[in-house]
Amino acid sequence: MSQADLNDQIPVFQLKGSMLAITVLELAQNDLERLDQQLAVKVEQAPDFFNNTPLVLALDKLPAECDLDLPALIALCRKHGLRTLALRAGDPQIVEAASRLDLPVLPPSGARERKLDIASKAPAEPAKPAEPVYRPTRVVTTPIRGGQQVYAQGGDLIVLAAVSPGAELLADGNIHVYGPLRGRALAGIKGDTNARIFCQQLAAEMVSIAGHYKVAEDLRRDPLWTEAVQMKLSGDVLNITRL
Amino acid sequence: MAKILVVTSGKGGVGKTTSSAAIGTGLALRGHKTVIVDFDVGLRNLDLIMGCERRVVYDFVNVIQGDATLTQALIKDKRLENLYVLAASQTRDKDALTLEGVGKVIDELAQNFEYVICDSPAGIEKGAHLAMYFADEAIVVTNPEVSSVRDSDRMLGLLASKSRRAENGEEPIKEHLLLTRYNPERVVKGEMLGVEDVEEILSIRLLGVIPESQAVLKASNQGVPVILDDQSDAGQAYSDAVDRLLGKEVNHRFLDVKKQGFLQRLFGGRE
Repeated sequence: MSQADLNDQIPVFQLKGSMLAITVLELAQNDLERLDQQLAVKVEQAPDFFNNTPLVLALDKLPAECDLDLPALIALCRKHGLRTLALRAGDPQIVEAASRLDLPVLPPSGARERKLDIASKAPAEPAKPAEPVYRPTRVVTTPIRGGQQVYAQGGDLIVLAAVSPGAELLADGNIHVYGPLRGRALAGIKGDTNARIFCQQLAAEMVSIAGHYKVAEDLRRDPLWTEAVQMKLSGDVLNITRL
Repeated sequence: MAKILVVTSGKGGVGKTTSSAAIGTGLALRGHKTVIVDFDVGLRNLDLIMGCERRVVYDFVNVIQGDATLTQALIKDKRLENLYVLAASQTRDKDALTLEGVGKVIDELAQNFEYVICDSPAGIEKGAHLAMYFADEAIVVTNPEVSSVRDSDRMLGLLASKSRRAENGEEPIKEHLLLTRYNPERVVKGEMLGVEDVEEILSIRLLGVIPESQAVLKASNQGVPVILDDQSDAGQAYSDAVDRLLGKEVNHRFLDVKKQGFLQRLFGGRE
């Protein structure tokens, strides 16, 4: 029932803007033979550097229409331990050759645009303010059995039946149980410290408001155990008062 | 079109197979063509309880995999002409059951019988899930004991959410509570949960209360469903339960402490 809803809401991925430090090989001339020789010399000098190093091949300094053998160039780089991630080029011939090899192309240097538009947003997004959209209260009329989880996102939860031990109730807002609460109830889970929990019979395994919780061990010592109560947060402490 | 009943519990050892055998037999006794299917692949015992273990040639998995037809696999009960048993495989395990395979067999059974009783294995994994997936009604067998009640509660949650009816948004499975191994003396002493306690926690209709009885062990050893022992309290209680299943209003017996007369106490009649 609610397990499926919960799975839908958990995001599978996140897009982040990032600044990567990456090696750029700027090719000045289209001379693969000499490139091979000169790269070999460099590898001898610093073999660790050429160990599967990710690379951006900058070809924008090459003369236009130079008839570059792109596959050979990529293979050459790979031979020396340089793995080409992307090209930097503006020449349409090169861009076309790159797309045939399924290699991304970055715009020539000087242009500060990034390929990934979404990354242009500030990398650390502040938490969105609570949505002002009205979400109607979720009402459940059947008993909530052990092992079931009900999450009322963006609002309150009302349960008009018993909540069995082993069941979990979660809500961004308040939780009302018009029956015995024998499972767990977590209100204000997005941080709303004003959330409250109401129930007709306090027999819960655990209650929590905005992360401040009490387990049955503590709740049982309260004189209002098994009574009709409301629970709210005062400061850091969960207060239990008679309904 | 047949009624598919699942006898399930979550907890093991509470009386599912005993109850499946008894209820299936009870329905057949009342003239309804009934088949009882054992879903406990690898740990089969429905055939033992029904007394047909020596006549099992083909089993449920054979039918699913096409090695045998349903007619070849079904075992006719020796005592009643309306009653058939489909045994489980003893050599395979639950992975041999597939949703489509089980569905096809149940469809075929539903066309030829009035009642298809699915004897579920314990647990909430594949075997139990397949046993309850196609059900129209469920009999949740519970002992008046805390872990059994909690497991039955979990099973009720699964019946309401993971069955075919739930997934297709049809009318939900009709749930019945069968309280087994009930001992009124211990309830009075406060050692055992009472009927009201269990009803309050599970909040489903009470189908019947089967008292703790020595007749059950005797019956399973003899391979005779206990309902056929109509002198025993358990047998009679099962008979009442079957009547209630068919819609009759029957008072619950065996709920109160038996008042033993002086002579009974003297000669130790503890049945």
